[in-house]
Amino acid sequence: MASILNIINLKKSFTNGEKVLNILEEINININEKETFSIVGPSGSGKTTLLGLCAGLDNITSGKVELCGVDLSHLNEDERAILRNQKVGFIFQDFQLLPSLTALENVIVPLELQGEKNPEQKGEELLQKVGLGERLGHYPSQLSGGEKQRVAMARAFSNRPTILFADEPTGNLDEESGEKVVNLLLNLNKEAGTTLVIVTHDLELAKKTQKMVILKGGKILKQQVNG
Amino acid sequence: MDNLKSKIQLKWLLKMAWRDWRASRKKLYLFIASIVLGISAVVAIQSFGSNLVAKIKTDSKSLMGADYIIDSRQVPSSKLMKIVDSLGFKAREINFASMAFFPKNEGSKLMKVSGYEGTFPIYGAVETQPENAYQSYTTKKGALVDATAMLQFNLVIGDAIKIGKVTLPITGILKSIPGKSAISTSIMPPVFIPFELIHKTGLIQKGSRVEYQYYFKDEKSDMKKLEASLLPVLDLESADIDTHTSAGRQLGQGYSSFGKFLNLVAFTALLLGCLGIASATNIYIKEKKKSIAVLKCIGLTRKQTFLIYLFQIIFIGLLGSIIGTLLGVGLQQLFPILLQDFLPVNVDFLIIPEVIILGLTLGVIMSLVFSLYPLISTWFVTPNQVLRAQETSNRKTKILAFIVGPSIGLTVFLFAFLLLGELIYSIVFLVGILVVFGLIRIVAGVFIKIIKNLFPKKWSFPSRQGLSNLFRPGNQTITLILCIGVGVFLINTLYLAKDTLIGSTSFQKNNNTPNILLLDVQKEDIQAVSKTVKSFNQPVIDQIPVIAMKLHSINGIRATTLKADSTNGIKNWVLDGQFRASYRDSLIDSEILLEGNWIGEVNNPKVIPISLDIGFKKDAKLKLGDHVVFNVQGVLMETEIKSIRRIEWSQMKMNFSVIFPKGALDNAPQTNVITTKAPTDSIAAKMQQTLVIKHPSVTVIDVRSVMVLVENILSKIAWVINFLALFSILTGFIVLIGAVRTSKFQRLQENAMLRTIGATSKMIFKMTAVEYIILGVIGSLSGTTLSVIGAYLLSTYSFRTPFTVSWMPVLLVPLTVSVTVALIGVLNNRKIMKTSPKEILSGN
Repeated sequence: MASILNIINLKKSFTNGEKVLNILEEINININEKETFSIVGPSGSGKTTLLGLCAGLDNITSGKVELCGVDLSHLNEDERAILRNQKVGFIFQDFQLLPSLTALENVIVPLELQGEKNPEQKGEELLQKVGLGERLGHYPSQLSGGEKQRVAMARAFSNRPTILFADEPTGNLDEESGEKVVNLLLNLNKEAGTTLVIVTHDLELAKKTQKMVILKGGKILKQQVNG
Repeated sequence: MDNLKSKIQLKWLLKMAWRDWRASRKKLYLFIASIVLGISAVVAIQSFGSNLVAKIKTDSKSLMGADYIIDSRQVPSSKLMKIVDSLGFKAREINFASMAFFPKNEGSKLMKVSGYEGTFPIYGAVETQPENAYQSYTTKKGALVDATAMLQFNLVIGDAIKIGKVTLPITGILKSIPGKSAISTSIMPPVFIPFELIHKTGLIQKGSRVEYQYYFKDEKSDMKKLEASLLPVLDLESADIDTHTSAGRQLGQGYSSFGKFLNLVAFTALLLGCLGIASATNIYIKEKKKSIAVLKCIGLTRKQTFLIYLFQIIFIGLLGSIIGTLLGVGLQQLFPILLQDFLPVNVDFLIIPEVIILGLTLGVIMSLVFSLYPLISTWFVTPNQVLRAQETSNRKTKILAFIVGPSIGLTVFLFAFLLLGELIYSIVFLVGILVVFGLIRIVAGVFIKIIKNLFPKKWSFPSRQGLSNLFRPGNQTITLILCIGVGVFLINTLYLAKDTLIGSTSFQKNNNTPNILLLDVQKEDIQAVSKTVKSFNQPVIDQIPVIAMKLHSINGIRATTLKADSTNGIKNWVLDGQFRASYRDSLIDSEILLEGNWIGEVNNPKVIPISLDIGFKKDAKLKLGDHVVFNVQGVLMETEIKSIRRIEWSQMKMNFSVIFPKGALDNAPQTNVITTKAPTDSIAAKMQQTLVIKHPSVTVIDVRSVMVLVENILSKIAWVINFLALFSILTGFIVLIGAVRTSKFQRLQENAMLRTIGATSKMIFKMTAVEYIILGVIGSLSGTTLSVIGAYLLSTYSFRTPFTVSWMPVLLVPLTVSVTVALIGVLNNRKIMKTSPKEILSGN
């Protein structure tokens, strides 16, 4: 299987005055097409930073990140944005829906950006799929947490991404809603054949993915294949 | 293909801008209100000004009644008569000021008596009651009398009027005459008598102040060229020419001072509007940062996100401009109604396309420029901010300031230039505003340091918390103090300047202020006239000698030679005209000695030391020590300039450009002005009647009626200015709300957290009140202090009026602003009181 995300010797550090703070060091990960993958670790281990670097949301200090065969360090901010629109989907802990857009509009923005001919119809289908067919015209402020996350999922899958990054997708949800969202996410992912990278501190959730990496203090503690 | 793609993309970006605006439009009401108020003030003032100037231009012929007039203040010489005959005058007028007597009630009044011969007016019409009275009064041997005077003396058609030796029946009422505004006719109301009776009044004698005017029709000639060719010839005959174009121009200039102040009001409203826009967009974009990061995360480029918000700003700017322009056009209809007594023409309500375009473009430009900082900051929002909040780096902030600072400076300068019309003023305004901005910034910085260093550790928890909010990370202290300070500075400067301007024109009402002036009192009549005044138990306040003279030479060069040399810069009126001087031994209240030494008394010196008004000195290009020879009715008197004075002409005193010392002109031919004070209307009326009967050659001016009229007009002007200043106040209020709201989001989270850990609503109320009251006090005090300096500079160097501090804005504005800031701050926190901390902290 072809590699979708290849991280080689990645390092991320911040300078605070004269002090250099290493957030991530010696990170080497390879994720193949259609794989499900978890990044696990305690708070402050660098999980979210790693996700941001993998998706090209931030710049690395050294090393290499190849996303869908493209070395991200060769792209500027706008080129990375275009790559994300074409190949990447996102799900965030705090949903990150656009508050001024309705549920349907939130879902179709990536499609419209790609120049899709009939984005409304596809958006409606996706919202039907996540069980929000009746809430198309609702604004995020009119939806519950679980509903918001389902809209975020519909948006994440709308542009048929090659790879989907999910940052603590159940972090802001109660146990019941969280479980529903995880099942939905895994089902949609299976159906779409997308590579899934989940950042979580929840080991149970991590175990539902094929592979996982455990971070501690900015370094890989362990990489394992789940049974 | 690429073109089509970019067209589709543009359409989609517009759609996204619309979607975003649709849900957020309530947040942009502050923005729209700022533009609406600023633009409506500009459009109203500019429309009114343009309509007035256009009307004066088109009506200039009927304002004058002719294409041009040749006039002389002495009996026309035969040479002058040849000139006016050859040019073919259509009408002529002889006029003079005289006391008119009304036998019906024994009333008397100083009036301007005119006799016309020929076709007057050539343009426009004399409006009378009955309508045809002007056509028939000469044949009926009657008089037409000013409508206000008719009312004042309870006169009706058929009553008699006595002017000098002539008594005539009143055959009509004068309602309007070309070229006369309500104010000029109120000071000296007109009366028309048949031309052939003018001489029979017996009032035209040697030395009388009579004006001879010749009216011409000439639609073909270029008035400028005609004036240039005739003036030198007429000058030699002591005559002058006024063309309709120059009269219109002068009239326009006369009203331009008033217009300048109104433009200053508009400029202030506009600047405050800009501040409002800046603070509103700042909040708006700040709230949108997370959405911008999300958009970038899902694939929008920096340019695309920037355009989404740029389109919104343009749209809102245009919307605000349209509403503001419509409101301004509507408002300008009010001015002609309010100012009808003050204006020389009836200003019609006309929509001026240039002003509409100005309003619309100005609104969009100010929206864009003053939104530039937050707009460009969208460029620096990274997609990573969806994962964690990040502050824009210092380097990027500097880049932003580097781009935005000069753009804002240039825009403020262009606004100032557009509205004030003078390069130097515009530069001074820009520099002034920058200095104010810099000083308030320094005050805010010093204030933060002082609070940090002298932190009162023993204060209660809420007070300490409120105080520490002023310097903790993420504080808005500098932004808020700047916003409040600059807003207060602009509004207060405007108010102080307005009060100074209006105050300077008001009359000083103390016991020694005369209200009746007796002119043309001959030296031998002084005692008799004084006795008449005293018989009414009223004092003779002043007795001022007036000596008519002409300038003969300056430093040995004859006036005629100086006049021929156009390069010396000496104003013609100095060399041409006869002017009136006086002598006395001391300075009076309305004078300030600027240079040299005042010499009050002399004893028959060869060269007489004199004192000049600064204006005369400038117009005559003179300096201390220069020698000037005056022709005092045939006698040449050599003088030396020993001192320069500044006269406050607005003080309504008898002032003279040239003052001789006592002992120099005592025996020169002179008339005198005697001033007195009549406490009541009836005493004033009786005194005037007695004076007219006993001393017919004396001219009596009752200044009380002029005072009432001028004060009435001033109060109307003040009302218009106050009304327009209200726009600035409203805009200032919006700026205030915007500024305080900027800090809302910061405080919202913190206060919710405090509430979670047990702070009561009362505590939060107290800490919020402490924080905002301090901000309001520091901001408004620094703004007010600087405004006093600003208004002083404006009064002294721009309006050239002595500055007086009016205490109301100085005391009331800081108080009101401090309370309002605290109120808005507390109201902002109302949300915390009503919402559960969990909701706020979870971002819902």
